[in-house]
Formats: sequence, C-alpha cells, structure tokens
Amino acid sequence: MMKSTVEVSGLTVVRGGRPVLTGLDLVIGKGVTGLLGPSGCGKSTLLRSIVGVQRVDSGTVSVLGEPAGSAPLRDRIGYVTQDSSVYLDLSVTENLRFFARVLGVGADEVDRAVEAVDLTSHRDALAGNLSGGQLSRVSLAVALLGKPDLLVLDEPTVGLDPVLRRDLWELFHRIADAGATVLVSSHVMDEAERCDRLLLMREGRIIADDTPAAIKAAAGADDIETAFLALVEASPA
Amino acid sequence: MNPRITMAVTGRVLSQLRRDHRTLAMLLVLPCLLMTLLWWMYNDSGPIFDRIGPALLAIFPFIVMFLVTSVTTLRERSSGTLERLLAMPMGKLDFLVGYAVAFGVVAALQSVLAVGVSVGLLGLEIVGHVWLLTLVAVVDATLGTALGLFVSAFARTEFQAVQFMPAIVVPQILLCGLLVPRDSMPDVLGAISDVLPLSYAVDAMTHLTVSSSAGEVWGDLVVVAAFVLAGLALGAATLRRRTA
Ligand SMILES: Nc1ncnc2c1ncn2[C@@H]1O[C@H](COP(=O)(O)OP(=O)(O)OP(=O)(O)O)[C@@H](O)[C@H]1O
Ligand SMILES: [Mg+2]
Repeated sequence: MMKSTVEVSGLTVVRGGRPVLTGLDLVIGKGVTGLLGPSGCGKSTLLRSIVGVQRVDSGTVSVLGEPAGSAPLRDRIGYVTQDSSVYLDLSVTENLRFFARVLGVGADEVDRAVEAVDLTSHRDALAGNLSGGQLSRVSLAVALLGKPDLLVLDEPTVGLDPVLRRDLWELFHRIADAGATVLVSSHVMDEAERCDRLLLMREGRIIADDTPAAIKAAAGADDIETAFLALVEASPA
Repeated sequence: MNPRITMAVTGRVLSQLRRDHRTLAMLLVLPCLLMTLLWWMYNDSGPIFDRIGPALLAIFPFIVMFLVTSVTTLRERSSGTLERLLAMPMGKLDFLVGYAVAFGVVAALQSVLAVGVSVGLLGLEIVGHVWLLTLVAVVDATLGTALGLFVSAFARTEFQAVQFMPAIVVPQILLCGLLVPRDSMPDVLGAISDVLPLSYAVDAMTHLTVSSSAGEVWGDLVVVAAFVLAGLALGAATLRRRTA
C-alpha cells in the first residue's frame, strides 16, 4: 500500500511579521508532485517547512513518519534551495565530493550525480564560472547524492532551455519510478503537465490538489493556467 | 559530532583558501610584512621593538583571523550553503570545529612565519622558548577564529560582519597592555582589561620576552584557550537549523 511521504497539518508560518501560511493541511505521496503558484505565494516557505529549516509558528509537519527536520531524516532528503547553494570557488566535482563526504556516500555517487545532470564535460570547471542553468544543475546533483527518499526541489528548472528542462523532468520521473517522492516547485504554469500530481497555491493556501487532468476537467479549462485563473475567481478572496 | 564530517569541512575550507591567492597572501605574508615595518619604524629608537614586538605577534594573527573567519562564515550563511549543510547530517560543532581546525592550521603556518621572521631576521630578543612563543601565537589566532565565528551569527551581511572589527577587536587592542601597562590603567579599565582575552595573550607574549620560566605563560594560555572554547560553544548555541 502506498503510504504518504509528507503530512502537513495546521501549519502556520509567520515571516517578517506577516502570516505566509495559515493552518495549511496537506498530504503528499510518492511520484512527482508539482507545487505551483505565483511569486511570493509561499512555495519556498512550505518547502523549507518540509525540509525542516523553516521556523514554524504552529502545526505539525511529518516526513517519512518522522517530525520534519529531525536527525533521522537528514540523510534521506535531498534539498535544492532556490539559490544555488554551492561553493562558487570550488569545482563541480570538489563541491560534490565535499557534500558526499558529509553524507557519508562513496565517490561513485559523485560520478552518478554528475552524469544525471549532464555535467560530465564541465566536471572540473569552477562552479563560479558556470552559467546560471549549469549552476542550478550542480545544486541539483548535490541533492541527488545518496539516493534520497524525498527530493525537495525549489524551482530547479528556472533559466534552463526547453531540451534540458525536458531531460530534467524525465530524470525526476525516473527517480520517482525508483520509489522516491519528488516535490518540485515552479511558478511556470506550463511545467504543470509534467507532474503526476499538482498542488496549486495562492496567497499561502492550496486551492487545488489533484492530477493535472482532473484539475483542468473540474475547472472546464484546456490548460492549467486557465484553470488556475478560474479557481482564483471562484475562491473567496 | 562526527570526525568524518568535521574533517570534510576542514578539507573543503583549506581547498577554498588554496584557490584564493590574495587571501592566502594576506594570511601568511601580511603579518611578516607588518612586523618588518614595525622593526623599521623603531630601528633608531633603541629597544622599543623588543618591547612591543611580542605583543604585536599576538595581535596581528588575532585581527587577521577574526576578519577572515567572520566574513567567510557569513558568506556561507548568505549563499545558502549553510542552510543546505544544516539540512544534512551536519552537527553544529562539526561545522564550527571544522572551520576552527582549518583556520587553526593556517594560523599555525602564519605564526611560524611571523615568529621566524621576527626572531630570525629582525633580531627580536626573547628570553623564553621560541616554540612557546609560536604556540601562544597559534592559540591567539584560534581565538580570532572563534570570536569571528561567534560574531558572524549577529551579522546579516558581510558589511555588518566587518563592522564588528572596531567594536570587538579595537577595544581589546587598546586595553591589552600594548599602549599603557595594564597595572597602570585606571582601576575600571584595568578590571575590564582583566576580562578581555587578548590581554592574556599579550601578557603571555610579554612574559616570554623577559623570563624563561614557562609557568605564567601556561596560565595565560589556559585562559585564552578557555575563551576559544567558550567562543565555539556560543557559536554553536547561536547557530540555528531553523531560521525565520
Ligand atoms: N527571510 C524572510 N523574511 C521575511 N519575510 C520573508 C522572508 N522570505 C520570504 N518572506 C515573505 O514570505 C512570503 C512568501 O515567500 P516565499 O519565498 O515562500 O514565496 P515563493 O512562493 O517561494 O515565491 P517565489 O516564486 O518568488 O520564489 C513573501 O511575501 C515574502 O515576502
Ligand atoms: Mg520561492
């Protein structure tokens, strides 16, 4: 039986004096789940709460049966923050080797991760000399080390060309097929179709939680963007 | 704490430093150059270099390490790498001690060079053991590292981190006995000086220039080392896995 990976209940987070999430309830299971919503709606805040690096005001978040952020989870979650979070003055492999040592995984994992994000030709380049898209792939490679059970990716495809974006989504699905849960945020609605499941978010609330097809059907729309707008109009402001 | 992770941090910080030639030059060459400048300034003024040289051997590594450490760890906070590390199986002390060991190694090199130049080339006269002088310099540099790690918790930008320099470092330099002997200061200032770690570092150095007995030096060293440990412990206490 497929058990849920992430369970959020009554999550309230106040940032900078303003409530960002209020009483959020959410269950995320295996497969690729997309978290979509406009800029500033609270996507990163929710992902940070799931990883356990966000100070929360009330509510509970449990991941793989443990409280979010607890020690047993720390080598089971791969996390890509919105900014690249790698050392610009180290090479691609030096970065990966460092994080691999922290996680206690072998050097073969480094090679695997570099190949997975298609950076083999740049493996000895200094991270600071890479393009924005290449840099975000280094960050993604770090999250892939050690085959985590949950991958939390905050806008990993920003600034990437269509071919690379397609390749990465294929990678996310391969990872999910191998049994992991992949949670990807994006503010680009056209990425929605690539997810098994979608969470549409607006002003800190989840306004839809279903498969892309079901969300479109319920809203009587042909694409997710139209469905999102229809949902926004229908929901109480 | 996990030695594998601590050493991973140390190794990474050292490879970053190896890449950064300018910082490396500042860490290793600058204290030697400053000692030379001092020697030159007092070249025609009798034994003043012998009197204040040892104090400066304690002060230079302290300043340099404080600056480099506070800015580097702040960069780690603002770039998001710290958040990523703390979401991994990284203990807070792994992180801090990893940094302290890396900069401690650099501090040791720096002190050997500065003491070597001062005693070997510039003819600084010391009565005590040269190795003990080097040890004091290393512990002082580690003190700079520990305080730098601690204050980086209170700065949000590298710009703010640098501002701790006049606030935390300069008063210690003024009160450490370099300008006015500590026992001739007004009582209040003398008492303040007694609780500042750099005073003990400078006392140890000064002692080495006048006496070959090591007992008091060890006493001062223990005080400085206690401040190093306290700095690291406070640093760990202020490092938060969860942030607002
Ligand atoms: N460090 C912070 N301190 C105070 N408020 C913050 C902080 N970070 C974000 N916020 C606020 O929290 C709200 C949600 O931010 P969040 O980063 O979760 O949005 P997001 O959906 O990820 O946006 P984007 O798509 O632009 O990344 C915003 O209103 C933002 O201003
Ligand atoms: Mg965001």
